[in-house]
Amino acid sequence: MPERVRVSRRMPPGHVRAPAYLRGKTGVVERALGRFANPEQLAYGLPAGKEPLYRVRFTMAEVWGAAAERPDDTIDAEIFAHWLTPVTERQDAP
Amino acid sequence: MSEFDGHRWHDMGGREAGAIDLAQHDYALWEKRVDALMVLASEKGHFTVDGLRRALEDMGEQAFETMSYYERWIAAVNQNLLEAGVYTIEELGRRMEEVQARGATYGEAAEKRDA
Amino acid sequence: MPHDHHDHDHLSPSGHPYRKDQDHPLSYWQTMEIAVRELLVEKGVTSDAEIMAQIDRMDARSPADGARVVARAWTDPEFKARLLADASAASREMGFDIGALRLIAVENTAQVHNVIVCTLCSCYPRNLLGLPPDWYKQRAYRSRVVREPRKVLREFGLELPDDVTVRIHDSTADMRYIVLPRRPDGTEGMDEAALAALVTRDAMIGVGVARMPG
Repeated sequence: MPERVRVSRRMPPGHVRAPAYLRGKTGVVERALGRFANPEQLAYGLPAGKEPLYRVRFTMAEVWGAAAERPDDTIDAEIFAHWLTPVTERQDAP
Repeated sequence: MSEFDGHRWHDMGGREAGAIDLAQHDYALWEKRVDALMVLASEKGHFTVDGLRRALEDMGEQAFETMSYYERWIAAVNQNLLEAGVYTIEELGRRMEEVQARGATYGEAAEKRDA
Repeated sequence: MPHDHHDHDHLSPSGHPYRKDQDHPLSYWQTMEIAVRELLVEKGVTSDAEIMAQIDRMDARSPADGARVVARAWTDPEFKARLLADASAASREMGFDIGALRLIAVENTAQVHNVIVCTLCSCYPRNLLGLPPDWYKQRAYRSRVVREPRKVLREFGLELPDDVTVRIHDSTADMRYIVLPRRPDGTEGMDEAALAALVTRDAMIGVGVARMPG
């Protein structure tokens, strides 16, 4: 997994653990946590494959834009790999 | 027309909200029992914590606003146990009726008459 | 009315009786709890003794356990390194019964202040610290602390210097978090037990700091 990642903007219904306030936001992988059973399957009593889970660090500026209380404060969250895509510098432009 | 954009009620990060309420309450015995049933039945493989969260989320915001924490948890535990086939709705309904008939308070109703 | 002595006379490990909730009118959800519990016992899923033991196991956990872990880390640099590498293993090494808890310790420094939340539900390191405070599960904290943490911390009475970075940790999946607070100044001569008494639950969530001695 590359260092910079973006959380998908997908908004499916159902039990997902990628919080809405981080969707579409770009962060940096703080650490890889290993593979964990996919909660989107477990929640419905379905067989669940183990998916890579990452701790991703976001700046307040990235998450809240101009409304950020302090731009360089951060939020770390655990996000499953299927919600993340690698980001290159070029794609970073708005 | 619905203005819902897919952002569900329980997904609270960043939303407007009031002041933090620092009041604290002790747990009652029935609440501790709900907690124990949740831990034991999930350790024994009858549901996952994800299944409980899914049930809590699907109960909706009204339940969050009007029911206490362990009221919601027993509802979610029951939902998952029914789905897992541990007991049937009929068994539950009959037993709840029987429990209610034992007395007007928790102390009375928690006494098992047939024991 | 016959009484179940288990219910009425049982003391928690702290020696306190359970709250007297037995005389309130029976609610629908309490009725469900009794019915579900009896059905689970009759079907052999669990037993009354196992339920009582689980309640005792949970009651025995408290912020004092986390405080002992913190105090050990303050006094033993090698333990602190192990705690920051694998907080579950370090807690088990001290003898704590934390079950399957996967714990990450995040260290406060002169430059960084860490705060724990679960915006999606109420994930908390309960197998080490016991059950979470009510405010941790409520809308206000879960909604606001990721957006305006400094304002929220002020409501808890904590004003952070401008040169400190706030790091919020949102417990969105399988890990749980504990803050390793800074050791207060003026505690150089204190032993582990005295240091542990300075470590509050709020300091380990990050909405407070360790108490000053004296």
